Amino acid sequence: MTFLRSILFFILLIQLFFVKSNGIDEEFTEELLLKPLPDRKVLAHFHFDTKTPPTKTYGHHHRLFPKAIYQLVQKFRIREMELSFTQGRWNYERWGAFDSMSSSNAKPPGVELWAVFDVPPHQVDANWKNLTQTLSGLFCASINFLESSTAYSAPAWGFRTFSGKLRYGALPREAVCTENLTPWLKLLPCRDKAGLASILDRPSIYKGFYHSQRLRLLSNEFSLDASAEAPGIVLEQTLTVVLQPHSHDTRSIYSDGRLLHPSWSISSIFGRAVAGKCVLANLSTIYVELESGVVSALNNLNVDLETGGHGADDMGSEGSWSNPGFELSVKPERVIKEVNSSHGKSFSILYEYSVDKYGDNEPFDLGFIWKLPMAWSCLHSPFHASRFLMGSGNQRGSIAISLRSTGSSSEGFIGGGDFFGDVCKVRVDIFQVVPWYVKVYFHTLQVYVDGKPELLKDILEKMHVSPSEDKVSPGVMEMVLRFPCSVKSAAVVIDFDKGFLHIDEYPPDANQGFDIPSAVISFPDFEPRMHFLDENSSSKSPMLLKLQEKNPVISYTEVLLVPLATPDFSMPYNVITITCTVFALYFGSLLNALRRRVGEEERFFKSKAANQTRLLPRLLAKLRGKQQEPTQSTSSSSLGRKLTLKIVLVAGVAIGWHYYTDYQSS
Amino acid sequence: MENGIPDSQNPKPKPRPIVRIGIFIISHNLFFSVICCIGGILALFLLPLMAKNTYISENALMPGSANPMFSRYDTMEANKLVKDIMSMSLKPEETGIEIARLLAQRMEESGVEVYHHKFHEKISQFRPLHFFSDTTYTGLLLQNTSAIHGINTVGIIRAPRGDGKEAIVFVTPYNSTKIELSEALSIGLAYSVFSLLGRVTWLSKDIVWLAADSRYGEYTSVSAWLRDYHTPVFNGPESKENPTTGAGNTDFFRRAGTMAAALVIKVVEKHGETEKDTLSIYAEASNGQMPNLDLINTVHYLAVHTQGLRVKVEKVYTLLNLAWLQVMGQILESVSKVAKSLNSQWKFGMPAAEYVDGTATLASSLYYQALGVPTGSHGAFRDYQVDAVTLEISPRSFLNNEGRRTEFLLRGGRLMESVVRSVNNLLEKFHQSFFLYLMTSPSKFVSVGVYMIAFLLLLVPLPIAAAALYSGANNLGSNLTKDNQVPAFASTAKPGVQKSWRWLHAAKVVFIIHLWATIVSLLPSLINHIPEMTPTNNMFIWASSSIFILLILYSMLGSPYSHPTTSGCQNSEWATLKSVMIAVASIGLGLMSIINYATAQIGAIILVPMCLLVHPLKLTGRSGNSKAFLLVACNLVVAVIGFPPAGLAVIKGWSEGFGAVNVGDFWIWAESLWAWNSATYLYVVLIHFPCWVLCMNILLHPC
Repeated sequence: MTFLRSILFFILLIQLFFVKSNGIDEEFTEELLLKPLPDRKVLAHFHFDTKTPPTKTYGHHHRLFPKAIYQLVQKFRIREMELSFTQGRWNYERWGAFDSMSSSNAKPPGVELWAVFDVPPHQVDANWKNLTQTLSGLFCASINFLESSTAYSAPAWGFRTFSGKLRYGALPREAVCTENLTPWLKLLPCRDKAGLASILDRPSIYKGFYHSQRLRLLSNEFSLDASAEAPGIVLEQTLTVVLQPHSHDTRSIYSDGRLLHPSWSISSIFGRAVAGKCVLANLSTIYVELESGVVSALNNLNVDLETGGHGADDMGSEGSWSNPGFELSVKPERVIKEVNSSHGKSFSILYEYSVDKYGDNEPFDLGFIWKLPMAWSCLHSPFHASRFLMGSGNQRGSIAISLRSTGSSSEGFIGGGDFFGDVCKVRVDIFQVVPWYVKVYFHTLQVYVDGKPELLKDILEKMHVSPSEDKVSPGVMEMVLRFPCSVKSAAVVIDFDKGFLHIDEYPPDANQGFDIPSAVISFPDFEPRMHFLDENSSSKSPMLLKLQEKNPVISYTEVLLVPLATPDFSMPYNVITITCTVFALYFGSLLNALRRRVGEEERFFKSKAANQTRLLPRLLAKLRGKQQEPTQSTSSSSLGRKLTLKIVLVAGVAIGWHYYTDYQSS
Repeated sequence: MENGIPDSQNPKPKPRPIVRIGIFIISHNLFFSVICCIGGILALFLLPLMAKNTYISENALMPGSANPMFSRYDTMEANKLVKDIMSMSLKPEETGIEIARLLAQRMEESGVEVYHHKFHEKISQFRPLHFFSDTTYTGLLLQNTSAIHGINTVGIIRAPRGDGKEAIVFVTPYNSTKIELSEALSIGLAYSVFSLLGRVTWLSKDIVWLAADSRYGEYTSVSAWLRDYHTPVFNGPESKENPTTGAGNTDFFRRAGTMAAALVIKVVEKHGETEKDTLSIYAEASNGQMPNLDLINTVHYLAVHTQGLRVKVEKVYTLLNLAWLQVMGQILESVSKVAKSLNSQWKFGMPAAEYVDGTATLASSLYYQALGVPTGSHGAFRDYQVDAVTLEISPRSFLNNEGRRTEFLLRGGRLMESVVRSVNNLLEKFHQSFFLYLMTSPSKFVSVGVYMIAFLLLLVPLPIAAAALYSGANNLGSNLTKDNQVPAFASTAKPGVQKSWRWLHAAKVVFIIHLWATIVSLLPSLINHIPEMTPTNNMFIWASSSIFILLILYSMLGSPYSHPTTSGCQNSEWATLKSVMIAVASIGLGLMSIINYATAQIGAIILVPMCLLVHPLKLTGRSGNSKAFLLVACNLVVAVIGFPPAGLAVIKGWSEGFGAVNVGDFWIWAESLWAWNSATYLYVVLIHFPCWVLCMNILLHPC
């Protein structure tokens, strides 16, 4: 028995060894990219990547891969999923819109979730609903609000190219906080106890101008033709923050009056330095990226960016690395240069640092010191898109998406635009989900190009619309537009009516208005990617691979706030009161009319007139000025006078007494 | 009821109590009318007593809960900018563009999105068919005045962690062609606050600063910007590259979400009598719309309790010295003292001086709401359902005094910052507090529930009087017919039919007059097209064409005096006409009170006595006693005041001296009303004026 058990154990060991030797094992990498931005801010992009081989070959037990995510994938048969929590807005004009960084990491405010399922079409909705509930529990967020069919949509082709099995939902109002970050960090093998995640100091990362925490899942567990390139499940966790470096000389002015960009270091922007790598990580790297704009600006100043330049770097890795433009406090291990850039002659440069050799005793604190005032602009997407509401009042309005050509794009079009005959056309995809209470009239769609209204059929290549259904589903609009390359500005306008909600359908704080989630505008003709020289081992780094991936340029528009007519929420009380009054009056008079017998009454009145004794009718009659019988009238008038006298007397006594007691007390 | 069997042995069944009350009231209509009218006017004068203290209704506002961060360093920036602007204004050439460029440069330096907004002067045109709708301006407007334009400079701070759905707007109007120190100071103040807000971390709403070029008036620039913000025109001519500034994309219109509130900041040099800096709040927008009371309360609370400013709202200063108002205040004070001595819980009294002050403020509040013309550029925001107020800050000393100026800027800046911070806290838009109110002092208001009493008391006599007149006329008519026709033994059915349809003739007359009034109200849009006319000429054309049209209508549809019935009915004829007229007037007043309460209230004070008193001169002349003489005198006075041009002339003569009165004044007044799309114009021409004409008809009735 013991023998048998030991043999089994041995076989298991061999198995494990075999698997390991094959190189198919769970992998975890951690990377951080730091990038100075043109508007004196710093972008920090954390990229954590966890991979597991397919269950078929590897089994159900994992060393690194989070169990929660594995079970999620298994249970809901997810092929691809992306969940993002974002606070703040990505500034497409200043922080870039034409690189894979912004296309994949700039997300709309709040929560955005999309998922592709590997199930038959009729089960997709059920799986989505369960998934939202599970994620809601997992990330302490109200993702469960996406369960309702009014909150999510099934884009056909406008968002990504998955037919039928994709579901998309967004919650623009969701507030993002540490309680969402903590469960996200729990998915990392070292959590935030070691490695790059340890510098995620909550106050400093939430103080930034943009904060987007993203989780992306990719699995081919259930696909029949399992390709070797995407083994098993890949969990990609990224955190993108834009921070303002707080150095004491933020407002330092260079000799010629221009402002110097603030210098920063890891410890100054995060509040702590990197104390070594996560021991479970296969790769732990920090990159500093200088984007093409700043590189070309420095090149114009004849600064050598690839070698340390002016001799100050001879002290080896301990020493700093400087050139006339800026100084890096630590010498980079490698300089990766982009080649064959898609955008002109300029190229970006990455300085690579490995955290392997740093530890608690010697924390890694990279400093970046600017020496010259620099001014550069980031890469713009072909169009700058913005969306806004038109009109005022509680009845109707319009949604307008305005596209403004950025000046830099004229040469980009030649690379990216498609040619139809002789005419260069640029393709713009618009995907927009509108809640049902904003009743969009799709026939009112109008397109203006350079200030002139255009016929839809000239511009619109393809359109898919699923109109909203009251209280059931939102309206979805997917469009492919083709504009001439010479276009300066374009606008897409669509009218809507504001609907009325039932009183219990209003969310809390209904008077704030209702959100229309961001529209997604993509430019599929443009697929910017970085090319790095193949000779170095960049292929090992998932982040660099990601940067080299081909992705269309995507930008999200603003979230809109539609003020709807809200009832006075204290109104139910008033309504109840009024309704009751009306009912009382109605039933009262109805019963009165039913009960009354006219003949009886007449007889009654006749008998009453014979012996009139009541006081009130007589008084009324007197007031009305009708003459009664003289004897009765005199008696009644004397009676009335007596009564009045009595009342006056009593009132006088009461007032006097009151006055007296008041006088006494005061 | 009159047709009931005249059998004295068989008493009529008693009508239901509610009917009996109705009959009772109608039979004593004179008494009730007098009581209600007096009560209504008295209630109006009691409103200052019934005013409640303001309070902050929305908890989220939390005014003053945070200490302002605005410091002396910021005032230095403001001072620097003021100096730059003033030194620039010494050079006379093209200051308009210079200031806009300077502001854009400063804003860009503080890392804020900036753009210039070009706009053209708005041509005031009377468009009767677009009265309440905001006029969407077409390319036509742009083409004819393309050479000159004003330039607004707009900066937007994107809230660092906000979602950009909402925005707070400040506006500082300045005259770009001739800037004054006070305007430069307001720009400096707004700039310093704006640059401070660009650095703070607590923003949740975007901040928009509009430096409005007020060369064509403050309102024009702000409303042009708002129109382009809310209803842009896409098929206009393509805007060319901006020659004013070198930067490329400063011409692109940017937006920042739904506006939560707007503050118009003005610095005014007023040499007041006070030892404190003064803040005047202006809030009335078009057609008597007011911003939410919470906004005013927040500003008031912060100004008084944290910055120690003296807050004022507009008042009618001539009322302060009226003797009878003082006497009334003293009477009320003594009454309240007596009441208090009777029961110490009855606290409704206020000192006489305070009462007079409250009445003056209330009168101005009523007047500006009734006029329907906004009191400042904040009015443009209300057209888009944005709550806005104008804050006019005036220092106690001269603005040239540098030392004092810092202190003043510090106060103003802290006030603005705290107001922004307070509004920034709002989760929902302003909805919690009142929208319908009248101010009686900066910290006291009368809400709709209270001030409607005065109006309703004035309105109630009208239907009663109409019913009484109608039934009276019917009685009289039936008596007459009975007297005439009983000997002839005509069939009883015929006079009944005739009698019940008698009001039709009166209704036709009233309808003709109202139709005519509608035509008269549209005439100015035609007269406007005649070139080179003085207001006096316009007025004459208006009057003569109106009379001409009236005559045509009479000839086509029959004059009010040509009734086909027998002469015996003539006696009740005017009463029926009066009752229909009163009924229509009461409906009109009721409708107007929904659109603009203040107009209806002031209109009712004139219209109700006029309608109730009117009596044919011939009839009163016949009786010839002192009572009749009084009635005639009253009728004539009311008829003169009730004629809108005459009424305006009387008011103008009273306030400015009768030498200034001109025939064209009414035209100018009417023109200003329709330029602002004020419903008061509609009220005066469509409700008040036909009633007056009908009253004239009745006065001159040949009975």
